[in-house]
Amino acid sequence: MDVEVSRGAQSIPRHSKEHKACYQFTQQSLPACKPVLTPAWVITTFLLMGVIFIPLGLITLHASENVVEIVDQYDTECVPEAFRSNKVAYIKDKLIPKNCSRYLKVYKHMKAPINIYYQLDNYYQNHRRYVKSKNDRQLLHGFGYNDTSSCKPEESNNGLPIVPCGLIAWSLFNDTYTLIRGRSELQVNRKNIAWKSDRDHKFGKHVYPFNFQNGTFVGGGKLDPRIPLSDQEDLIVWMQTAALPSFRKLYGRIEEDLNADDVVVVNVTNNYNTYSFGGKKKLILSTTSWLGGKNNFLGLACTSVGSSSIFISMVFLLLHMKSPRPYRETSYLYGWKQERHVQLKR
Amino acid sequence: MSGSSGRRKRKIKWSKLYSYGCFRPPYTVDSDPSQQLLGQPGFSRVVFCNEPQLHKAKPYKYPKNYVSTTKYNIVTFLPKALFEQFRRVANLYFLLAAVLSTTKVTPFNPISLIAPLVFVVGVSMTKEAVEDWHRFLQDLNVNSRTVKAHVGDGLFIEKTWQGLRVGDVVKVNKNEYFPSDLLLLSSSFEDGICYVETMNLDGETNLKVKRSSEATLDLANDQAFSDFKATIRCEDPNPHLYTFVGNLELKNVTHPLCPATLLLRDSKLRNTDYIYGVVIFSGPDTKAVRNSTRSPSKRSRIERKMDLVIYLLFSMLLLISLITSTGFAVFLKSEMVEWWYLSLQDNNPFFIQFVRALILYGYLIPISLYVSIEVVKVLQAMLINKDIELYDEVTCKSVQTRTSNLNEELGQVEMILTDKTGTLTCNQMEFRKCSIAGISYGGNINKIDRAASKRMNVEVESYRFSMDECEAASQSFEMFEFSLADVSAEKAALAGQKLVQNSSTECSRISSVEGEPAIKGFNFRDDRLMNKKWSYRSNLFDVTMFFRVMALCHTGIPVEGDQNHKLKYEAESPEEVSFLIAAQEFGFQFFHRSQSIMFLKEFDPSSGKVVERKYKLLNLLEFCSARKRMSIIVSNEDGEVFLLCKGADNIIFDRLADNGRSYQQATTLHLSNYAEDGFRTLAFAYRKLDAVEYDKWNSIFTKAKTTIGPEREEILIEASEIIEKDLILLGVAAVEDKLQKGVPECIDKLAQAGMKIWLLTGDKKETAINIGFACSLLRQDMRQFHLILDKESATSNQLKEMKEDILNQLEGFQKVKSEEGNKDTPLALIVDGKALEIALRSDVKAQFLPLAVDCASVICCRVSPKQKALITRLVKEQTGKTTLAIGDGANDVGMIQEADIGVGISGMEGMQAVMASDISLPQFRFLGRLLIVHGHWCYKRISKMILYFVYKNIAFGLTLFYYEIYTSFSGEVLYDDWYMALFNVILTSLPVISLGVLEQDVSSEVCLKFPALYQQGQKNIFFTWSRIIGWILNGILASLVIFLANIYTFSPNAFRKDGNVADITHLGAMTYTCIICTVNCQISLIITRFTWIQHLFIWGSIFIWYIFLFFYGALSPAISKRGFRVLAEALGPAPIYWIVTLLVVVVALLPYFLHIVIQRSFYPLDDHVIQEMKYCRKGMGDNNLMWEREQNNSVMMTQIGFSARVDARFRFMKEHLNQKTELIYRSVTSRPIFRSLTSSPVVVD
Repeated sequence: MDVEVSRGAQSIPRHSKEHKACYQFTQQSLPACKPVLTPAWVITTFLLMGVIFIPLGLITLHASENVVEIVDQYDTECVPEAFRSNKVAYIKDKLIPKNCSRYLKVYKHMKAPINIYYQLDNYYQNHRRYVKSKNDRQLLHGFGYNDTSSCKPEESNNGLPIVPCGLIAWSLFNDTYTLIRGRSELQVNRKNIAWKSDRDHKFGKHVYPFNFQNGTFVGGGKLDPRIPLSDQEDLIVWMQTAALPSFRKLYGRIEEDLNADDVVVVNVTNNYNTYSFGGKKKLILSTTSWLGGKNNFLGLACTSVGSSSIFISMVFLLLHMKSPRPYRETSYLYGWKQERHVQLKR
Repeated sequence: MSGSSGRRKRKIKWSKLYSYGCFRPPYTVDSDPSQQLLGQPGFSRVVFCNEPQLHKAKPYKYPKNYVSTTKYNIVTFLPKALFEQFRRVANLYFLLAAVLSTTKVTPFNPISLIAPLVFVVGVSMTKEAVEDWHRFLQDLNVNSRTVKAHVGDGLFIEKTWQGLRVGDVVKVNKNEYFPSDLLLLSSSFEDGICYVETMNLDGETNLKVKRSSEATLDLANDQAFSDFKATIRCEDPNPHLYTFVGNLELKNVTHPLCPATLLLRDSKLRNTDYIYGVVIFSGPDTKAVRNSTRSPSKRSRIERKMDLVIYLLFSMLLLISLITSTGFAVFLKSEMVEWWYLSLQDNNPFFIQFVRALILYGYLIPISLYVSIEVVKVLQAMLINKDIELYDEVTCKSVQTRTSNLNEELGQVEMILTDKTGTLTCNQMEFRKCSIAGISYGGNINKIDRAASKRMNVEVESYRFSMDECEAASQSFEMFEFSLADVSAEKAALAGQKLVQNSSTECSRISSVEGEPAIKGFNFRDDRLMNKKWSYRSNLFDVTMFFRVMALCHTGIPVEGDQNHKLKYEAESPEEVSFLIAAQEFGFQFFHRSQSIMFLKEFDPSSGKVVERKYKLLNLLEFCSARKRMSIIVSNEDGEVFLLCKGADNIIFDRLADNGRSYQQATTLHLSNYAEDGFRTLAFAYRKLDAVEYDKWNSIFTKAKTTIGPEREEILIEASEIIEKDLILLGVAAVEDKLQKGVPECIDKLAQAGMKIWLLTGDKKETAINIGFACSLLRQDMRQFHLILDKESATSNQLKEMKEDILNQLEGFQKVKSEEGNKDTPLALIVDGKALEIALRSDVKAQFLPLAVDCASVICCRVSPKQKALITRLVKEQTGKTTLAIGDGANDVGMIQEADIGVGISGMEGMQAVMASDISLPQFRFLGRLLIVHGHWCYKRISKMILYFVYKNIAFGLTLFYYEIYTSFSGEVLYDDWYMALFNVILTSLPVISLGVLEQDVSSEVCLKFPALYQQGQKNIFFTWSRIIGWILNGILASLVIFLANIYTFSPNAFRKDGNVADITHLGAMTYTCIICTVNCQISLIITRFTWIQHLFIWGSIFIWYIFLFFYGALSPAISKRGFRVLAEALGPAPIYWIVTLLVVVVALLPYFLHIVIQRSFYPLDDHVIQEMKYCRKGMGDNNLMWEREQNNSVMMTQIGFSARVDARFRFMKEHLNQKTELIYRSVTSRPIFRSLTSSPVVVD
């Protein structure tokens, strides 16, 4: 390469650096680094990967382990024994009270803030039809915007438009939880559970629910028509459609610590119909670490990648020590020769 | 034409000199049956000479002389080019998808489908348009050449070619091309003949004589045309080059016209000052244009295989679409009714879901692959064009890739079919050596010997000396005469057997090999003859006679030369010119010729002065291919009559007198030497005739000459036979058909790269073999098979017999080939055109082709352009190998178009080959670099690029499918529309283009040092199905890792400290980030050479994604939708997002990384080894040995080419030296050593 460059310099008067670079480009002789995977590089690379991923995995595992999470599935338990054979009838019957109490034992000290989630399983919020069934402009600007065809079939009722329209809003989750520790009710903070940007930019401050859940067929929860949409954080959270059929959504936060062995009584109003499609409902109390909730997957994956890298590097090191790599001859010529002989024999 | 009157004086009636070719056949109107066809259908053309205005209106309106080779014009461009584009399956699919996307079915924004399609098709069409524009410019260049045309009143003015009309009278000067098919009216010669070079039409290098009709002979100057009127009735335009039927009505007399009166477009006027002609066929009607075929659009092998890959991806697409739609239907039937929150009323039918899935998974089909490949190929072509190593300073031309879609095919060539004249050779003869009276002059050591002996560390002279001992050296009185040069060489020889190289011996006798000759056509250096030193030789008479034969026995004429009293000559063949020049250099200057006298300025050794001598030309027995000799009978000033003869050695040797054979033995030795060096040799002989004998013969000959009828030629030959006997041999002269610069080296490289080279030439067998030797395609220890029809069956014309004959010969070759012990002998096949025609018939070709392919080199001589094309097609089809055809003339057009890659040599003036070619080179020697460096690179680049494309689209496309499984196959997309639209266009396109344009496995010097690397392309190891499947699996794996790692990390738990959970927008952005990082890091593992451009593109692409995400998120949510604040608010602050990206990238790349690590460590490919060597050599010095060994290995198995010859000679010399050591010592004492110096070695086969 050096040769080429110097020759180039001779044949082309070098006016400037740009000129030279241009020449090198057209002659395909730009200075370049050509990394070659020598054994040393291979071993070092794998070793390095191990050195990075094992600690990283351990740290993430540690973070995940520190998270205290209490999960309680209540969909079946909250249906009285008598109705368990026909849960759908139970949930659809508006006359039967839906209250139910769950007792959660705190097995480890939980530091505030403690997040309260509800989790739905086998609920396809990500269905194409469902995801599309809302109107962003209406959510932000209210009635002024009339084209709500995407909201079908929940776009209007009795000739009046619905705000917020669409299936997502219509199927709003409406179980409620009251948490009691000892004798006092735990304060559940239900503010700030949605993304700030959503509150500020996607849901209008002056848009109020209108004509909502007034149809013959009521879906989920109702909204207070006096509160603007930007403050209806339940709705906002619900309308952030989940990616997978099993999802959690933030219900609120407890702003005080829970001690180990505390018993928290949760009074659930079991309104939401998951029974007709066999969905599950869970209540989750969880602290967070710097990485978020409890999930060992990442930590395990990192550690296993790291340790297998170390293993591979060791194998290579051994192979390399045992038989230092010989300089090989180019195979082609030999391959070609053999082939020729075969051809000749034929 | 002020000079015309002066030139008229020099007019010679050639027909008087010529005995065979130039006689005027007694044509009468009724004698030729074809004349009666005139006026019939097919023979209805009427041309009014000198009245072109009559051809402006019907019914005599003929096309203008404008020739177009473009594919499109302004009107047809759009429909035609669009049609071409949508012939590609993938494009059609995308068109369909784009149409469907405007309906409700679409899963995403129609713009994201239509925009890339428009872009892709637009780029491809622009490329087509640009290429066609270049063709148009080239046409324009040809069409705007000028010629002198008659405008009335005897006034000739310059007119462009395209402005010519049928009926125009034009004047063409020497060395100009004919602008269209002309009827020859008259020429600067009195008898209306002219010489024409038809190399561009049929590839034959000898000049052809054309002659005008007798009726128009008097139209000899410009003025004569002022009132010239005539009507020509002739055949309609047709492509037959050798026929022409017509007659000329002049002053109410009808004269018949024969093919000899027709001057064809693309041929050139030679040796004739000017001609007048009338345009008969113009533009598209000309025979040359009618012969040309539209160049077929070629596609490279890789591209064709790529189609299969696309089909594979299509079936994958269909499969997952089917799964999706079936899954959807099943869900719908069984469960979804229960899902009240969807309140399903309308049942989406299965079919709509299927179509939607087809559009959705369209990312599996890499739409941008085509456009990226187009862009990359254009850039590659640009870089090839810009390569300064492929720039010819002499012609100021560089390589031109005319169709850029064959770049990678250049890396897979296995067969090269090459034309000879103009491609390998310059069509210029050089006088190189001669053997006079049994002594060889002009140096006797060739390059091969020198290289071989250098390798043996043995002095050439000493080796020669040892060789000669075993031969019966020619006895000669010469041995006591030494020129200075001899003595110095002599000393070296005496100095011992094993001298280390000693440059002092490379004296005048050797040096002639190098350097450009000072005089064109004369590359001879020998102090014993030069500067009149020949006058000190013994047997001076023979030497003088030798030079006289050279100066007299020819048909050339002197033309004004430069100063220094040196003349230039023109003759029918370039050999004659070189002889004349040589004679002039030796002091025998032929300076004037009149009708019957030849004037010579001779150096008289007795007086030491130059004297003028006149030789009366009595008879000329001209050269023809049957006779293979030419004689001239002259009488000198003393009245002595001599017959001077030159001809092929065997012919001359047969006709020697008993006392004329004194030098035959020595001369034979020299002949074989010359032949091995690839020189064309002619033997010279003379005979002294006594007056009585001559007169007797002359009467016979004159009678024969005046005979009319078909047997005339035979009678003439018989008559000549009578006098051409009892000759006395003088010696031989060797001329070199000068090879173009760098041809042997280039062939050597190509051979080492594993390519087979077939020589296809229109020339005769001997010439072809000479060139074979000169280019090292042949060597002495090769077994040559000559496949030639024997005389009997050839004349009997019985097809069956000929077939049998060929089959018998083939069988014989097979037997010889399969014989034990012949296995390692390289084979060479020499086929003659006629035999080839039979051998290529369907029932014989099964035997012929395998044999031919097995031979190290194949030489086809006397092949017509059509046969060239046929051979090319058959070789291509039967062997399935990639063939490259290279040629320079119009006769190579068929071959160039037929081959997988056609290369035209643009150095010559004729543009036909270049126009038909895919790539044009200024010189043959550039082919080596073009293939071995650029071909190799392009092949690797394109194949790597396609594989990577497949990978990245699978890695991305399948994540869409996996997500469908989680959405109950409803057709929901995980990503924002914009992410998807940007994927192929911006986020992954630039790195792959940089891969396609700048990737180099090894640098160009290394490529040239190890031509064997090229075999990677021939074996196509970078685009095998196992590799393709491997990359598909890698893509599947990557998509799985990316998708699963993301959904397991982010669901269902919170991903941030504040407890927020990820929704569909976050998961989409995160997964997409992982994809972008993974595919861009993957390409950094593929690339082996990083310049700042690659770094910028790869890391820049990743960076741009983040930048995009940030700014996209900053837009109002109405525009950014899912991307709103996704990075700034949700993902950016979450550490898990960054950790997952790192993890996913590493895990997704791990399988590939492991694969390359294992491959490099345990099963390295050649390029890996070389890369490593080059890498290690940086620090250490002792790897040079390695380097050399590798290089030797790479040369080892080659059978043709310079290196192979040196090799063979090296082996041979070694053997000989061992055998002869003892003998030498004995002979040194017993014989005069210097004898060896006067003879050259004989190669024993």
